[in-house]
Parts: sequence; C-alpha cells; structure tokens
Amino acid sequence: MSESATSERKLATPFNVIAGIILAGGAAILALRFVKGLRATTNLTHDYPWGLWIGFDVMSGVALAAGGFVISSAVYLFGMKEYKPIVRPAILTGFLGYFLVVVGLFVDLGRPWRLPYPFVVQAGPTSALFEVALCVALYLTVLFIESTPAALEWLGWRRARRVVGGLTIALTIFGLLLSTLHQSSLGALFTITPTKLHPLWYSSYLPVHFFVSAVAAGLSMVIVESMISHRVFKEQVEISHEQLDRLTLGLAKAGSVVLAIYFAIKVMALMLDDNWHLLATAWGAWYLVELLGFVLLPCILYAAGYRERRVGLVRTTGVITVLGVVLNRFNVSFIAFNYSLPAEARYVPHWMEIWVTVALVTSGVVAFRWIAGRMPILFEHPDWKGQH
Amino acid sequence: MSVSRRRFLEGLGLGAAGGLVTSEAAAGSTKHFAGHPGRLGLLHDTTLCVGCRSCEFACAKVNDHPLPAAPVGDQHVFEKKRRITPDLFTVVNRYRARQGTTPAVYRKQQCMHCNEPCCASVCLVRAFTKTPEGPILYNPDVCIGCRYCVMACPYYALSYEYDDPVTPRVMRCTMCYPRIKEGKAPGCAEACPTGAIQFGKREDLIKVARERIRKQPDRYLDHVFGEHEFGGTSWLVLAGIPFHELDLHEGVTHTSLPEIGTSFLSVVPLVITLYPGLLAGIYAFTKRREKLSQQERQAAVAAALEQAAADTKEKLAAAAARAAKDKEKAVAAAVKKAKAEAEKAAKEAAQKEADR
Repeated sequence: MSESATSERKLATPFNVIAGIILAGGAAILALRFVKGLRATTNLTHDYPWGLWIGFDVMSGVALAAGGFVISSAVYLFGMKEYKPIVRPAILTGFLGYFLVVVGLFVDLGRPWRLPYPFVVQAGPTSALFEVALCVALYLTVLFIESTPAALEWLGWRRARRVVGGLTIALTIFGLLLSTLHQSSLGALFTITPTKLHPLWYSSYLPVHFFVSAVAAGLSMVIVESMISHRVFKEQVEISHEQLDRLTLGLAKAGSVVLAIYFAIKVMALMLDDNWHLLATAWGAWYLVELLGFVLLPCILYAAGYRERRVGLVRTTGVITVLGVVLNRFNVSFIAFNYSLPAEARYVPHWMEIWVTVALVTSGVVAFRWIAGRMPILFEHPDWKGQH
Repeated sequence: MSVSRRRFLEGLGLGAAGGLVTSEAAAGSTKHFAGHPGRLGLLHDTTLCVGCRSCEFACAKVNDHPLPAAPVGDQHVFEKKRRITPDLFTVVNRYRARQGTTPAVYRKQQCMHCNEPCCASVCLVRAFTKTPEGPILYNPDVCIGCRYCVMACPYYALSYEYDDPVTPRVMRCTMCYPRIKEGKAPGCAEACPTGAIQFGKREDLIKVARERIRKQPDRYLDHVFGEHEFGGTSWLVLAGIPFHELDLHEGVTHTSLPEIGTSFLSVVPLVITLYPGLLAGIYAFTKRREKLSQQERQAAVAAALEQAAADTKEKLAAAAARAAKDKEKAVAAAVKKAKAEAEKAAKEAAQKEADR
C-alpha cells in the first residue's frame, strides 16, 4: 500500500469515529482508575480479586492469541507450506493480542509500575503466575521479532530482514515451547483453588484443558480473522477466494480434531473425579451448556463444514468456538469461582470494566488495520516473493 | 513441608524458573519437615465463644484501625455475614442462632497462618514469609498487586486496598507478630473474656484441645480443625457442630494446597529440555521428507527423460530403417523400371531392325 493512497482516505469514516469514541472513553476511565484506584472503576471485591480484566484481557486474550504459534508451527516446523499466506496475519494477531494482554495486566495490577519486580527484584518461582509472567514476557519478545520481517520489508532494510529470516525456525520452536508452558500455566493458576472453583471446572488437569482449548481458540481466531481481513483488504489480498476457502476448510478439519480431543479430556476429567452426579445440578446444567454447546457442537459443525465444503458454516463455527473458550475462561476465573458463596457476594463486571475491555479489543483492531494497510501482511512483498 | 518449600523458594534465582524448583522438590521429597518446633498458634473454642466481639475491638486497637461501629454485645451485627476487610482483620460471625436452650454458635475468622501457606506459594515476588515463630508476614515493598494470594486463600482471609491508587496493600492478620516478639499474646487472645481464644505453642494447644474433647465428649466433635487440614494451620478450632456449618472445610486432604497446586511444575523442566530437540527433530524430519520426495521427483523426471530419449532413439532408428527400406524399394523399383525400359527399348530396336 502506498502512503499516498492511505492519506487520501477520509479520516472521518464511521469506523474511525466509533473507534475514536470507544478509545477516548477508555482513556478517560483509565485516568480515573489510576487517580482514584481500582474501586472507582471496577466491581472487584475481596472475594473476587480477579474480574473481567483478568478473565477476558489476560485469560481469554492469551488463548485467542494462540493462532500465532499454531499456524507458524504448522508451516515452519510441520511443513504445511500451503498455509503460508496466513502466517503473517496470524503472527501479527498474536503479537497484538499479547501486547494487549500486557496492557490489560498493567491496568489491573495494583502497582503496575512494579511489573518487572518478579524478574529484577525478587522471584517467586513456585508461583504458576511467575511462569506465566516469564513466558509471556519472552513470548511477546519472540512474537515481536517474528512480526518484524513485514516491517523491515516495508522499510526496505534488507540486511536486517535477512538476519531475522534466518531466525525463523529457532523462533518458532521457542515460541511453541513458551506457548505450551504459559497456556497451560494459566490453567495451573487455579489448581491451587480446589475449594473455591466448582468441581466441574476444577481438575488437576486444568493445565492440559487450557492448552488444548487454546489451540482450538487460536485456530478459530485465524478463521475469523482471515475472513474479516480478506473482506476489509479485498484489493491487496493476493490469494484467491478459492484458495482462502481451501485453507479455511483445512483449519476446520484441524479445529474439529482439536475440539474432539478437548471434549474427550473434559469427559475424562468428569470420569476421573467422578463428578457425573453434579451434572444434575444447576451448575451442571450451566456446565453442559459450555461442554455441549460450545465444545461438542462446534466440533461436529467443523467436521460437517469440512465434509460438505461449507465455508460459511466453518466461519460461524469459528465464532462459536472463540465464544466458547472465552466462556470457559469466564467460568473458571469468576463465574464458577467462589461457587459456594451466597448470591449477593457474586461479581458482575462494572460497566467501566466492560468499556475498557472493549476499548482494548478496539485498539487491537485499529492497530491491525493500520499495519495491514501498510506493511506486507496479507500479500508478499515483491522483493521477497517466495522466501519467508 | 512448609520450610523445605520456603528454603528452596529462597535459594532460587531468576533464571531458574521452574527447573530448579522441581529438582529441589524432587530431591527433598523423601524427607519430611513437620515445621519449626515450638512454633506458636491459637485455639478458638467455639463452644466457649459468646459472640461479644471483644476480639474485634482489641484487633482494631492493636492495628490502628477504626473501632467497629456496632458496640460489644450488639446482636444486629450478626444478621449479615461479614468478612475480613483492610480494616477488619478479624470478624466474628454467628452460624446458628439461639434455639431454645441451645446457645448460638459463633466463629472468629482471621488469617489461619497455614503451615504451608497458599499465599506464599502463589506469590511471584515472594512477598509472604512463614516465620519460624508461626505467623506469616507480608512485605508490601515488593508486592506488585496481582492479588493472586487473595484468589488462592482457601479461608477468604485476605483483603486488598482497592481504594488506594498509589500504594495498595494486601491486608490481613499478622498474628500480632510485633507483640509476639515482645513476648505478649496477640490482642484478641488477651481481650477474650471467656477464654475462647487461647494462645500458646501449637503442639501444646493440640494437647489442650484433645484433653477438652476427652473430658467432654458430648460438648465437642472429636476433631481439632487445623491440625491436619491442607497441611495444618496455626489457628485451631474446636466445635460442637459440624465444621462445614461454620464455613470450614470438612474431610479434606492432609496434603497442602501448595503441594497440590504446584505439582504441574514438574512438567516444566521436561518441556524446556525435551521440546527443542523434539521440535528440531520434527523439523529435520519434515525437511528430510521434503528432500527425499524432491530427490524422488527428480529421479523420476530423469528416468522419464531417459525413457523418452530412448523411445525417440528407437523411433528414429525405426524411421531410418523404414526410410532405408523405402529407398531400397525405390531403387529396386527404379532399377526394375530402368531394366524394363531398357528391355522395351531393346525390343523396339530389334523390331525396327526386323522391319527394316
């Protein structure tokens, strides 16, 4: 995309106006949060110290940004070269996602300016959160380096681009290692709360549940993201609709398999902990909504979409899967958490918490649009064709 | 147990991450540390507690908190269950209202000062320390405010200063550590008018509790809460009604929650050490397969080319042979024709001669 073409675009588009309002509101709320404290902007309590900002911005954000490591591993390590056209958008989504996770965490921490303390002042390595923090910090760096080729090609820095290109395999391996560790550790955060998290959601295999569901979430996010970006950036997308449809169907096949595995380990957890009887309770009904409606159903729909070659169905299923993983993270971090507390102690997010979360997502979309509109994300740079 | 965990907590640097933790844990797993001998504790006998809340007042005084609004002996305060907050480190709740001659049951709630504290285990800056004397201390100077400790505490004993934008702290009972250091009893124990709260060495208090149960088996359930629950606590509770009715865990494992919660860490060094080689191997296999298939393709192409070349040669040879044959035929035909013509000419010549 040439600079002149973008500057010719009108600034006051409906998208920009709405995004601007959301971001301005978010900034005002954040100002209030940092001047008045968390009480002024959140409904957090001593019983619910983690709310929407952890449940969505961190827990769900990390899972939804898993597409980066899933697709780059498939292409670079497992030789599935046909997915190359979607590696860059997936990595960019991953990088922006993780960046926003850190921003979200910064907003939620009581003393965010001490964020580096676990690494430079005093480390607490028995904490699952320490592992999450370390891996996220390292992985954010990996994703940053992995997404620089597009920027370097755009800037025309050929030598730097060549150096980064040589790191691809090492970075992909490191990224997969770090993702395995922290995606699972996010689940491990709750293995220490068997008395507080409802037994249907609690399992000593929570780390595995989180990792596998993150892979499903990552694949589904790539399906959703590529559908949207191929519509928005019609004119610069290089691969044809037919090719994207083929890739989408391939992702659906993978998604179906991953969701089947996820469903199996969830059922296995029910068996191992012998929690069948809990399914007959109100919590059980809610659990079944998640397990059947947002795991088994998309698993079947993905398979059907792949078999019948119905790309539209696959994309709808992508949205269902993403929502399902978010629902799972909400259930674990605050809905089914403290299940034994009375109803009046329940946590419901403050509207300002919701606004900030929406603003974070919006800023991610705006950043993706800005970058994809300029740098070779959805197309190959003419100078670097065929050599990733 | 707590202190072995504490020791490896302290011995670790940043780069160690999960790896060393588990190796230390594995190395120490055959040893058992039952905690520092002679450490202190408190016993709350709920059968003696009358719900006067003198302990709440004493606690507020010791910690410089505003005094509770409801006066001592006020029963209205029990209509709603209260919890620990940043300026209420201990709170007495009523669990069974008075029924006929059966008196109401009250339980005092505060930090239980676990033998193996979750808060210390989950803290990513090690802000919590279990002292050899028993109390758990919190260091606000390193706290980053993630509130994972508040999440993890199974007794809902921690609170957070959400109102403070600059220096928010995790707030909880310190077992009056400064007073203990001076040789005094904690404020609540000193203030209790009925002797429901007793302060002393934890091991002695367990004996006291057992003795009470032995002497009055009708008054007490045969169980000292906190002796073993999740690895045990410094606060011990005696009760005449089931513990679950007092919001305490009943029939739970003696394994500490940190032990349950950190078992996953054993996987971390495996992932760190196995993944790079495994993934590099997979990459190498993929590459190799690619190379092999490329070689196969090349070989096939070469063979096909060779075959094609041979075919062409054959065809050429055949064509040449056919051409040679044709030529021969043509020559033969030409010769024949020439011969015939010559014969004809000779005949004609002979005829002419004869005619003449």
